[in-house]
Amino acid sequence: MACFLVSAAEAAVVTAVEKKEAKREMLHASEHGHVEEVKVPFSRKLKWLKSLLLGGAVLLMFEHVWHGEVVAWFPFLTAMSNAEDAAEMFKEMGTVGVSMALLITVVWGVMCKVADAIVKRPVSEAQKNEA
Amino acid sequence: MTLLITVFAAVIATVKWYTRKDDSMKLGILLFMYWGASLMWFVDAIFEYVESGAAYFTPAIEDVLNDAFLGLCVVALGLIIWVVRLLITDPKGSVRAALTKKN
Repeated sequence: MACFLVSAAEAAVVTAVEKKEAKREMLHASEHGHVEEVKVPFSRKLKWLKSLLLGGAVLLMFEHVWHGEVVAWFPFLTAMSNAEDAAEMFKEMGTVGVSMALLITVVWGVMCKVADAIVKRPVSEAQKNEA
Repeated sequence: MTLLITVFAAVIATVKWYTRKDDSMKLGILLFMYWGASLMWFVDAIFEYVESGAAYFTPAIEDVLNDAFLGLCVVALGLIIWVVRLLITDPKGSVRAALTKKN
């Protein structure tokens, strides 16, 4: 019904945090000079989360348009036309929507851990030759 | 079926991203979009399975066709978003070169 809205809302929050973090990292780099530490910046990791959430939300919104649950006129969600459907929609957002956002965040967390491990491991001969 | 088609699109986009020569094609947006949607539809599938049980795996043929059509449209929409962004950001400068080209 409108489960994608939860992920879209999380994406908006993540975008704001990402912008703040990118600014902080730039300020830190200008104050302390360029540090040759091999690690993935947190702002880039936040960008991954934003892309996952926003990309998924856009494609899911299309599915809802397909099923006639999202329309081009106010209030944009057909479930908002009566109280019973609206209650059902909020229930779905609280269960399916929150689970979707949670799973994406957990997968992103694992992705960040794996990415940190990859950049920390020594470069093999084959990778050196590639470079 | 929508989930399955999106997962295939996500895997193909990931393989293309991994084997890329440089980042000029900006494939990252495509794979994040497809993986994000795949994860979200996976959760949807779990809830549907909990609700309908084994019947989830034996859908009516019309539903399969509709879902497959939707899946293909979703993949097409993802590709359109990616290509529009690619043309606007123009990382290779091809659009700019074409626009500023003198006959």
